[in-house]
Amino acid sequence: MTAGTDVAGTTTSAGDAPAILHAEGVTKRFGGLVAVRNVSFDIPEGSIVSLIGPNGAGKTTFFNVIAGLIDPSEGFISFLGERMVARSVRAWAEPFFWLAPSVVAAVVGIGLGSVGSRVGLDVAVLAAVLLLIVSLLTAIVRPPWYVRLLIRAGVFRSAKPNEVVNRGISRTFQNIRLFQNMTALENVLVGMHSRMRANLIDSAFRLRRHRREETEMREEGRRWLAYVGLEGRDDALARNLPYGDQRRLEIARALASHPRLLLLDEPTAGMNPVETSHMTALFGQIRSELGITILLIEHDMRVVMGVSDRVTVLDHGETIAEGTPEVVRANPLVIEAYLGKGAAS
Amino acid sequence: MTSMLASNPTIREARSFLRRHQSLSILISVGIIAALLPIVATVPPFSGFGNQRDFVGGFADAGVFVLLALGLNVVVGLAGLLDLGYAAFFAIGAYTFAYSASGYTGLDVPFWPMLLVGAFVAAMFGILLGAPTLRLRGDYLAIVTLGFGEIVPVVFLNASAFTNGTNGITGISQPNLYGLFGIHGFGFTNPWLYYFTVFGIIMLTTMILYRLQDSRIGRAWVAIREDELAAASMGINTVTTKLLAFAIGASTSGLAGVFYASKLATVTPDQFGFTVSFTALSMVVLGGMGNIWGVSVGAFVIYEIQSQGLKQLNNLVQTARLPTLHLGPVTIDWATINFLNYQYLLYGLALVLMMLLRPEGLFPSRRRREELHEVDIEPSEIEPSEIGPGALGGEP
Amino acid sequence: MTAATVSPSRSRQALGRWKLPIGVVIALVVAYALLYGGVIYQSHVLSIPTTAAKALDQAQQQMINALTIGAIYALIALGYTMVYGIIELINFAHGDVFMCGSFVSWWLLTTLGFSGAISNPVLLTVVLILAFAVSMVVMGVVGVVIERVAYRPLRNAPRLAPLITAIGVSFILQNIVFVVVSNSLINSPQILPNPIIRFGPISIREINLFVIVLAVALMIALQAFITRTRLGRAMRSTAIDREAAQLMGVDINTTIALTFFIGSALAGAAGVVQGLYFGITVFNIGFQAGLKAFTAAVLGGIGNTTGAALGGFVIGYLEVLSSVYGYGQWSEAAVFGTLVLVLVFRPTGILGQQTADRA
Repeated sequence: MTAGTDVAGTTTSAGDAPAILHAEGVTKRFGGLVAVRNVSFDIPEGSIVSLIGPNGAGKTTFFNVIAGLIDPSEGFISFLGERMVARSVRAWAEPFFWLAPSVVAAVVGIGLGSVGSRVGLDVAVLAAVLLLIVSLLTAIVRPPWYVRLLIRAGVFRSAKPNEVVNRGISRTFQNIRLFQNMTALENVLVGMHSRMRANLIDSAFRLRRHRREETEMREEGRRWLAYVGLEGRDDALARNLPYGDQRRLEIARALASHPRLLLLDEPTAGMNPVETSHMTALFGQIRSELGITILLIEHDMRVVMGVSDRVTVLDHGETIAEGTPEVVRANPLVIEAYLGKGAAS
Repeated sequence: MTSMLASNPTIREARSFLRRHQSLSILISVGIIAALLPIVATVPPFSGFGNQRDFVGGFADAGVFVLLALGLNVVVGLAGLLDLGYAAFFAIGAYTFAYSASGYTGLDVPFWPMLLVGAFVAAMFGILLGAPTLRLRGDYLAIVTLGFGEIVPVVFLNASAFTNGTNGITGISQPNLYGLFGIHGFGFTNPWLYYFTVFGIIMLTTMILYRLQDSRIGRAWVAIREDELAAASMGINTVTTKLLAFAIGASTSGLAGVFYASKLATVTPDQFGFTVSFTALSMVVLGGMGNIWGVSVGAFVIYEIQSQGLKQLNNLVQTARLPTLHLGPVTIDWATINFLNYQYLLYGLALVLMMLLRPEGLFPSRRRREELHEVDIEPSEIEPSEIGPGALGGEP
Repeated sequence: MTAATVSPSRSRQALGRWKLPIGVVIALVVAYALLYGGVIYQSHVLSIPTTAAKALDQAQQQMINALTIGAIYALIALGYTMVYGIIELINFAHGDVFMCGSFVSWWLLTTLGFSGAISNPVLLTVVLILAFAVSMVVMGVVGVVIERVAYRPLRNAPRLAPLITAIGVSFILQNIVFVVVSNSLINSPQILPNPIIRFGPISIREINLFVIVLAVALMIALQAFITRTRLGRAMRSTAIDREAAQLMGVDINTTIALTFFIGSALAGAAGVVQGLYFGITVFNIGFQAGLKAFTAAVLGGIGNTTGAALGGFVIGYLEVLSSVYGYGQWSEAAVFGTLVLVLVFRPTGILGQQTADRA
């Protein structure tokens, strides 16, 4: 099968829907340790793709690269045709790019000041200091217009986790990372953070946008809780929920941001067979009813074989096999790499 | 026991009624308290400690600390950022007003708009001083904010050309109502005017802070405190959210500073040292981190203990005629002892004891108490639907 | 996982071994030059004429001064870095332990009746040993008690709690001294006589030599203890992975208590030095000294004892440098500015290791 990049920049996998996510040569090194080595693959839109492999194969590292938590050492990730996560221009040089405008402002101000008269000096120095402060703040806060400016200037920077969410990717975690002391509904509301527009003024003065959003979002939050099977548990504290429900809540929270792509990191870990099959059915529902693409890290072969459209196998950071579940299962390399649960069946 | 009380339907109804009309209930409750306090001051045993006018003046000073505690509560209690240099923003608010309404610069901008300007300027500095701390973990953040808290008064002290150094700025003008209710300038003899002013500010501040807490930004703050990584992964821009916490926190400090400068008519660098930051932190911690009412009440009570209670203790001990103690070159003379010197010792002890015994503070928010003690679910509260297939699932 | 490492070529390796000594020599030369420049600059500013020889001599004195002050900060910084390395807590009260140490030695010396230099060398030695021993043991015990009472119960609490407790303890210590002893400057007996010893072109006062030698000796002893003894190994393993150490049979509570004891004892020693060298102490000296020593620990690499020592000397130097250029009152701001810069640009410090991202 051929995969390529066409003129418009969208990448395709032949024979499937267009790729919603394209990873190209992603490599991640931690000091001397290579966790992920030259991994490339595509996720076709509307499919469920599983990422499997023995422990320590680099699956979660790769996930974290997609999610923007880690910058890759090499390679890039593009989502919906737009490059999103990539190695930034030599990490050590990055501060200089951020600080350059400030330095220029300072120099210009002092230059102007020393040339001008006594009054001019004060004003110019003051202006230079203000410019310096503003540019330092911009360097720290990194507003989107500034980022676009820098990209146009040829400096690229990887997307941060919250920007990744804004683009349409959300995730769950291998070790549940709910907000333990917030209620289930509040957790889901936080998941909706990126979709809400109410700002400081709206909230402080209870303007219409705030009121409307709060009501609508709470309603929607309750619907998401019901969707994953937590109906009526709005006010339960996350930490008091049973383990399986916590996993479901994490998924509800991730769905609340209306993602196009959902990253699930071992979502059925620690569950019994009944719970696991419920979750597997949920994944299928999410894909077919909501049209959301899912990338799944899994160890449970029943889930992988039962629900995936495609499977990619990692071992020691490299892709060793890729294809439909049946093809992968029969691949001797895969069997050799590890005997997963239920693989014999 | 308390959780069973909480599930009582009447209380639930009352609570949801309060939540729906939150702003109004806040305004009314603060108003009632403001009306009651001067009356309490005339009742024994308080009446024995001083006359009502002195009390009311003291309450107005306490109000300043209530504002400080409210702001620090946003930074420490909600967002979980341990700011040890909070007094810096207090100083900035105070000096801002000093520059705009005193003989030093010759300007005389009215008090009321300056409240907003002072809050805004302090908020800007909140962003500025908070920015370097954004990527630091809790301990380092504390130290850096501590350092800033030290540096700001030092700057005010040493840049004498701009700030008049140790002598500070004097002759700051007082609030003026320009004939409203027949009042013009506040002067120095009538404490009631200051009292009602500060409580008015507290009323509005509390209302706005409650609204922020119960909104998208409030949830974002708590999410960051709970788990910053997960919060970022949910789409929260941790940089802007933390900066906003610093800004809002600093702004109430700015309000307090403007009021303080105006009431005292003088500002000097030594009024804004670490002891102020430490006192504010003690008030937030002891009152109940994250709980707006808790920290307000805590701040007020602690301030009153400090200003009134210790004085009374002095009287008590000094008249008790205990024998003097000699330990080497060190002497303890009970007749001349001054417990006011001990106040920071007591704060220190109180903080340590609090953290060991009741870290959620005296009046914790429900969330905080559950966070710090494992609150068990009472059997009566488990509904049958909770016991389903998932509950039998394997443990991680 | 395949580990791919790149080894440098033989010649680069050989060069690498010389990098450190060359760097140190260059640093010393630069440091000296800056001080010299400062002396000349000050003489211009104050319109006090001076000769090159006199300026050089002054620069030398300031360098020795920097080493002495640096030694004090290094001793305090060691306590910060050891405690942080083992329980990841910034012990806010540590600076006040140093202050208490200075008060203990003041109290001891004053009660024993000494007020000035002691000329009899035997008596001097005995009194010095006594002062250091008492101070170090007392402060060591105080440190252990603080850990037991205020920090141990909170070992598993959310991070804010022990931080706040530490601040509380700091205030308690400060204010006990404030109330019980005095709220003003105390004159501490400087029992070391002040003759100048000459080593060729270098002339150094006896007290400076004493302090520097003592501090270096203590640091070497500490390093030997940590690397070669069983208890020292226990400390290091607890710092790296507490659970694993416990599984290997290390008694965590005792190890942590020992860490506090040693760290506080060193701070106590620094306190004695404070009294001997500066002749004064005051109840709130711990706050500033603590902040500077903590900066030193961070600068050198928090958790790294060699780094703490190095950082201490660097901070001592910076302090002297700023006063030589006439900006003594800004020395605190300069030190603090260093802290911010280090934390923002290189949080692991000079000798610290880069921690890998967790996958």
